[in-house]
Amino acid sequence: MRDRARGLALAFALGMAWVAGAGMAPGAAQARSVRWAASGDPNTMDPHSQNVGTVTMVLQQIYDPLIKRERDLSLAPGLATAWVQAEPGRWRFTLRDGVKFHEGEAFGAEDVAFSLQRALQPTSNFGIYVDTIERAVVVDPLTVDILTKTPDPILPNKLASVFMMSKAWAERNNAARPQNTRAREELFTTRNTNGTGAYRLASREPDVRTVLARNDAWWGWAVEGNAGNVTEIVYRPIASDATRVAALLSGEVDFVLDPPLQDLGRLRAAPGVKVLEGPEVRSIFLAMDLSRDELLYADVKGTNPFKDIRVRRALYQAIDIQAIHRTTMRGQSVVTGTLFPEQVNGYAKEEDVRLPFDAARARALLAEAGYPQGFAVTLDCPNNRYINDEQICQNIAAMWSRIGVRTAVKSQPLAPFFAQVQRDDTSIYLLGWGVPTLDALYSFQSLLATRAGAQGDGIWNYGRYSNPAMDALIQRMKVETGETRQATIREALRLYREDIPHIPLHHQMIPWAMRSNITIPHMANNQPYFRWAVVN
Amino acid sequence: MAAQSGPLGRMLDSDLWWSFKRSPVTVVSAVVALICILGAVLAPLLAPHDPFDLATLNLGDAFKPPAWSQDGDMAFPLGTDDQGRDVLSAIMYGARISLLVGVCAVVFSTIVGVAVGLVAGYVGGAVDGLLMRIADIQLTFPSILIALLVDGVVRAAVPREVHDRIALFVVIFAIGISAWPQFARTVRGSTLVERNKEYVLAARVIGISQIRIMLTHVLPNVLGPVLVIATLNLGFAILAEATLSFLGVGVPPTEPSLGTLIRIGNDFLFSGEWWITIFPGVALIAMVLSVNLLGDWLRDALNPRLR
Amino acid sequence: MFAFIISRILQAIPVMAAVALISFAMFAYVGDPVSIMLGQDFTEAQRQALVASLGLDQPFFVQFAKFVANAAQGEFGLSYRLSRPVAELIAERAPATLELAFCAAVIAMCVGVPMGVYTGLYRNSWLSRFFLTFSLVGVSLPTFLIGILLILVFSVWLGWLPSFGRGDVVQLGWWSTGFLTVSGLKALILPSITLGLFQLTLIMRLVRAEMLEVLRTDYIKFARARGLPNRAVHFGHALKNTLVPVITIAGLQLGGIIAFAIVTETVFQWPGMGLLFIQSVGAADIPVMAAYLMLIALVFVVINLVVDLLYYLVDPRLRVDRAAAKGA
Repeated sequence: MRDRARGLALAFALGMAWVAGAGMAPGAAQARSVRWAASGDPNTMDPHSQNVGTVTMVLQQIYDPLIKRERDLSLAPGLATAWVQAEPGRWRFTLRDGVKFHEGEAFGAEDVAFSLQRALQPTSNFGIYVDTIERAVVVDPLTVDILTKTPDPILPNKLASVFMMSKAWAERNNAARPQNTRAREELFTTRNTNGTGAYRLASREPDVRTVLARNDAWWGWAVEGNAGNVTEIVYRPIASDATRVAALLSGEVDFVLDPPLQDLGRLRAAPGVKVLEGPEVRSIFLAMDLSRDELLYADVKGTNPFKDIRVRRALYQAIDIQAIHRTTMRGQSVVTGTLFPEQVNGYAKEEDVRLPFDAARARALLAEAGYPQGFAVTLDCPNNRYINDEQICQNIAAMWSRIGVRTAVKSQPLAPFFAQVQRDDTSIYLLGWGVPTLDALYSFQSLLATRAGAQGDGIWNYGRYSNPAMDALIQRMKVETGETRQATIREALRLYREDIPHIPLHHQMIPWAMRSNITIPHMANNQPYFRWAVVN
Repeated sequence: MAAQSGPLGRMLDSDLWWSFKRSPVTVVSAVVALICILGAVLAPLLAPHDPFDLATLNLGDAFKPPAWSQDGDMAFPLGTDDQGRDVLSAIMYGARISLLVGVCAVVFSTIVGVAVGLVAGYVGGAVDGLLMRIADIQLTFPSILIALLVDGVVRAAVPREVHDRIALFVVIFAIGISAWPQFARTVRGSTLVERNKEYVLAARVIGISQIRIMLTHVLPNVLGPVLVIATLNLGFAILAEATLSFLGVGVPPTEPSLGTLIRIGNDFLFSGEWWITIFPGVALIAMVLSVNLLGDWLRDALNPRLR
Repeated sequence: MFAFIISRILQAIPVMAAVALISFAMFAYVGDPVSIMLGQDFTEAQRQALVASLGLDQPFFVQFAKFVANAAQGEFGLSYRLSRPVAELIAERAPATLELAFCAAVIAMCVGVPMGVYTGLYRNSWLSRFFLTFSLVGVSLPTFLIGILLILVFSVWLGWLPSFGRGDVVQLGWWSTGFLTVSGLKALILPSITLGLFQLTLIMRLVRAEMLEVLRTDYIKFARARGLPNRAVHFGHALKNTLVPVITIAGLQLGGIIAFAIVTETVFQWPGMGLLFIQSVGAADIPVMAAYLMLIALVFVVINLVVDLLYYLVDPRLRVDRAAAKGA
């Protein structure tokens, strides 16, 4: 009993000392802390378990990949200083010398082989980045050969998303394979990290706060361009839009990754706060059931109007995308007529052309197709996944209703929404698509290939669009290289524009809001890299 | 007051009406409540626009401020929301749904509560013990939690398409079912008193059926407190619906109630488009406050000891 | 006495069982944790494996039986969303909610009781009328609107108080407290007021009504007739007799505060159990939601049991009543 009382007294005293300390902190050492907020919290600290932005945005501060992304998303040496396709099917990577993990282990070829192997495990969510890898062969401590099942021209692009971890550390802590979030298991790596990166994990309280401290021994500080001066990053998830903005305005946080669009004007006007604007590699479009002979959620029986290209054109031309851009997106979108934005390899300006907005023409097309009175249909929509997703759907429903296509919006949170569309249980739906590899194949293969046995083909093609010409082009994209491949992609983009498997809407813009004294490069992958951040 | 026959008419004429006239707050709240109810009920006739007709919406009209401010438009007296919908019309139609849910929920809980209370009080014994035990258990949980639970169970039990169609009834049921024990307890208490009075015993002796005794002799004598509880509960029911809608589990967004309008408008509160959330909020408060004031007055007026 | 306790505990069991069934059924089919956990890229085989490993392919009653067996041991498995033991998550959040509820209750009592006494004693003063109107406004304003307006005024316009979170907390063993830091205390103010306001008006009106009743009783009249000063009559006799039911109701309302914390915590992003619950609803995180509902039910059952027992001990008349009720 006495011990407990003493413990309490001690804790209290420490608490008070800590309060006093907190009061003095700003004046003391040159601590430059950034308090950062966004809506979601990472659900694990395991580097190969969850392939989602909220996890990556924290882990990329802690872990390094072999190849890093520059400010313009081009590839740059990371833990590998050089890489070359020695022969088709074999890439050779030369590793950086003298790199140490946060807990002191030296980084080497064994760690690379281990990390790739780990990302290949079934419990990993990073399969798409290593799918072509057969195995990694350690040549010497600083050289590693990666053998692929088929020649893979874009392997370096993919490896820029795979973090390297210490083999010895992972094995010592029984985390040789990624955490299986599916089997409700908790591994050492769920809450602990040991990377080679610019910051190390200082403390973490899931859903409340995650604190990162600067790793002064990081190899990259010596590399030109990495001139950040932030010594501490405090991340706090704030789910409510209004609260997040209020916190930035009242000075409780310094950096908001995802400010709501409607508050940008106010944030820009607020003293001491600035907004960085930039595009994101994520495109929003509508996709529809192009497979069934009768739509599930429409009032036309015995036929599928979407199979008629005139109906698709009509719906396309009924959308006043500029009004959506101006009002709902408040100027924060890049209106598009194609599948992906210009940052993605294969983008072709001449294919990025929309069918013009023309409600009269749309009505005429509908009548031509045999629907002079229009029809009724349900538009499936997520309401917390993309920027203003639900509002966009409601805008479109109103626009379609005006040409006679009476549209009911069914909006749901992302969990039930994805569960539903993944059963192909939809007639028309809104989707957003990001391209982490920055290569066209990723989009074409997942969204437009006929769903078949082949790995990754059509896994997000819930309208079951199927066009042999498109499939042939996609298969060619997988193996071709150089200018031939670029031509193939252009050809596929032309077909996309003519065939209208989707109704493209826009690419998202992702404004970041922060205190004026922070300088940080805006990134199209929506990842803040604090190694480049300067606080004055 | 023309209607002077019957006990209710006499009471209105003499006591209630007098105390009503004497209290300016009550008169004002009655007027406000009347405006709210008329605006809601007659929305299809009075509202300047039909917010449910998608084909009339124009995104170009979005975010118009109220008519009296600089960029206002006389066609939209209280401004427009993010979809270009007239806020005034949306409020009138929204109040309609809020009121519908509130009234139906109260009627539902009144019927259940009065029936249970009458039976428990009149029959007594094991039936009484069981019914009141259930009421006790339910009273220990706050009604908002019960409503959340009921709503959730129904959501889990029926497919989504079905749920969308019956969502309104589910909310009514969820809110109504959470309030019946108050009625039951009150009615039971009054019934216990009435049951042993001589006129009831006399009625029983001359062979009038139990049900008839309950309905014709006992029921009228317990209506006063029931009326008070019902009025006070109406305010709570409307608020409960708004809270459920704010948490995203209330009425479907295709038929927005005042609570839904506030939730949606809340996103725009800090960005300067305050009218989208403030006006529905004011309407909600006006409606609930006036109903509560009327309920308060009614309780005091019917309980002469407090005067 | 002992038989009474046993019978009350036995009566609590079906309540808990019903809540268990409901809390499990409620979430068994809402959302699809599988698709959230898989992320953007996966194969059908991976999906099937995941469904099987979560046991989601088993019949309803098998899943439910497992759930109850585990719940009885405080074992709710791992959160789908955060991949951590649910019991641990709830233990982490409980202090936040309990501190908030405590502050709200203190505010409600410390302000509500004096206001109720005053309005009861001076029924016709303008201040009483003001208090009564205020209490009606308090009852008529939805909690979420109060919270939003307080944030707007005190955080955004005036910049005095934080708009979200708990501020800095100090760990005392497993308990994290916001009472020991300035920022922690400041962060408590707005949410406690928001949460406590409804209870405050309720307590005020209750005290007022009780005061009016008591002041009418014969023994107060006798006390006055005996020539006791008003002060002694009001505070020595009237208030004392008022407080028993008030404290009982306030105790029962503690459960209500914890439940209403869901709304307040949502508005203020307060990292307590209510926020955890709502976030879990959004992510279809069944284990957390089920555990939360079970816990709340348990809290209610315990509070009621305690109140019943206290009544039984304090008020001898009840013993007679209950005996009579049982005999009937």
